[in-house]
Amino acid sequence: MATMSPAIQINELFFGYSGQSGLFSDFNLMIEAGSRFGLFGPNGAGKTTLMNLMTGLLTPSGGHIRLLGKEIKKHKSSVNFLFGFVPQDFSFYHELSPVENLAFFGAWSGLSSTVIRKRTSELLDILGLTAVRDKKVKDFSGGMKRRVNLAIGVIHEPPLLFLDEPTVGVDVQTRHAIIQYLKQLNAEGTTLIYTSHQLSEAEDLCDRIALIDQGRIIVHGDPDNLLSEHGQEGLEGLFLHLTGKNYRDQSV
Amino acid sequence: MYRLWATIQKDVRVLSRDKVGITFLFIMPVLLVLIVTSIQNNTFELINKNRVPLLVCNRDTGASSRQFIRTLDTVGLFTVQLVPADQNDQSIRDRLQKKDAYLAVVVPPDFSAQMAVRTKSLLGKALNSFGLGDSTGGAYDRDGKADVRGKGESDADGMPITLYYHPILQETFRRSAQGAIYSALQLVESRQLLRTLYFSINEKELPDTLENELMTRRAKISEIPVSRNGDRSTPNASQHNVPAWTIFSMFFVVVSLGSGIVREKLNGSFIRLKTLPTNYLVAILSKQITYLGVTMMQAASIFAVGVWLFPLLGLPKLNLPTDWAGLIFLSLLCGWCAVSYAICIGVFAQTEEQANGFGALSIVILAAIGGLMVPDFAMPGNFQTAMKLSPLHWCLEAYYGLFLEQGKLKDVWSNVLSLLIIIAGLQGVMLWGLKRKNLI
Repeated sequence: MATMSPAIQINELFFGYSGQSGLFSDFNLMIEAGSRFGLFGPNGAGKTTLMNLMTGLLTPSGGHIRLLGKEIKKHKSSVNFLFGFVPQDFSFYHELSPVENLAFFGAWSGLSSTVIRKRTSELLDILGLTAVRDKKVKDFSGGMKRRVNLAIGVIHEPPLLFLDEPTVGVDVQTRHAIIQYLKQLNAEGTTLIYTSHQLSEAEDLCDRIALIDQGRIIVHGDPDNLLSEHGQEGLEGLFLHLTGKNYRDQSV
Repeated sequence: MYRLWATIQKDVRVLSRDKVGITFLFIMPVLLVLIVTSIQNNTFELINKNRVPLLVCNRDTGASSRQFIRTLDTVGLFTVQLVPADQNDQSIRDRLQKKDAYLAVVVPPDFSAQMAVRTKSLLGKALNSFGLGDSTGGAYDRDGKADVRGKGESDADGMPITLYYHPILQETFRRSAQGAIYSALQLVESRQLLRTLYFSINEKELPDTLENELMTRRAKISEIPVSRNGDRSTPNASQHNVPAWTIFSMFFVVVSLGSGIVREKLNGSFIRLKTLPTNYLVAILSKQITYLGVTMMQAASIFAVGVWLFPLLGLPKLNLPTDWAGLIFLSLLCGWCAVSYAICIGVFAQTEEQANGFGALSIVILAAIGGLMVPDFAMPGNFQTAMKLSPLHWCLEAYYGLFLEQGKLKDVWSNVLSLLIIIAGLQGVMLWGLKRKNLI
């Protein structure tokens, strides 16, 4: 069996918010390059925190996180060229048009004006936004805003793409289009790290998953193997089987 | 460099599409300068050019009171409105409360008689001191000073002249009015004294021509403003107000810029910016450049209003300093100081409400202690020290050096140095805040 090179390597990670006990303690995870990796867990399990640690938004108190072999702590500025991030919130300027948003975020991603123009044209075409390229985003529907959010995250063609609930609140057509585009990106070599509560969508998209709870990995592997291993027919059943049916976001 | 240019373009676009923000940054300051200058100019003209209605109730039938009223009319400050002598004090007070006028003078029934007694008394004393003996036949036991004082005060020399005033009148204006009434009284007394003296010596009436000549010939006062270039034009309300309120407007960018930074920190775009391979300092530098441009445009528009619009509205024209390069450099410094302050507020504020509330209020306080609202010489002693902590004070001092004293940049170098130190301090605090909050 050929050994895949790691896109993300997390070793002996320690992290805790101030005033709380450590969320991650001696946490280890390896995400293979070229995979479509799904990160799941109940509310408060640590998904967003782990995503923020992997993108350098949070700094671990101990351990190592390497993106494509580069340690985040040591290569903070150069590591940022390696990945794109599509946050759950609409992370752009609503007063600007898609073209203006892409021009700004493209420049901040280190692209030249020529490349930005070319990529903007391509992305707006692929994501069906060409007709509204010069309209202000604040007047867009939720689905259109999601597509703008995605376009900004991939304008610099990063080898790693972090997606935090990229399809929340969109209609079936938009969800389908986004998932197809993500598959296309992955086919072209982009490693996807995806988190969502839409488990049916995850079944369609992910070829590797990890289920985490209270800062620990409960299961990790190929979704089909995990389902058969635990005698479940779908990810939702597997999820409830492993994490229980009680509310998980009772504490504040 | 391209990243900075793209960020400036983004900031300009975001700002230009915020219509309320644009109104706040450009229209409101122009209105503010227009209104404040109009009001102050009107106050100036009220005191110096217009006449204030003055009710006069003359209960005396003698010549001195008539002369006193004629003199009041010629002082130039009042439009005398005579009230029937039988009207009582309460009805006069009622008229003031109805704001028919803000001042009223009641001349007591024995005014002329008392005046004559006092004059004779004074003259007697004077002639005695010259060794000429008493030829006036007057009583010597009176001091002879007419009083203008509040109602209710007793006076052994007969009833004083009473001055009623509406409480709406400010202290300074009331003092001016009181001074003018004293002047009128002194003129009447002097005239009376002169006549009596002339009669005592010459045993005939003083000729009118000689009396007028003696009474109207006074030493003149020549007013010369001290300017650095020898310019003798008197500074007007525009010269005082336009620089002051331009600085105030510049610092009010805190509402737009400070809250803009907080908004960016709180919304998702900031999270994405932090994951991109560009330092957030580029965003801060872009905001400084963009808003420095805004403050320069504010200054240019307010100065333009002062130069071209004020005369059309009957307000005094703003005379720009002769040192244009100095004016531009100083405006840049003031703008940079304002922008640095606004960014500091934006970096440390947690919410937009904090940035707007604290930002706006702090500017009003700094303007007040900085001498923008009350002249620095009129400040209490401990405020004179606090004033030096206000960046607006140093901006104003430097601007006044150019606008009022017609100086050049070299004449205000100490203010420029103070401003540079304040800017360096604010930039240092800003960088420390960004570092502390893990933003850079």
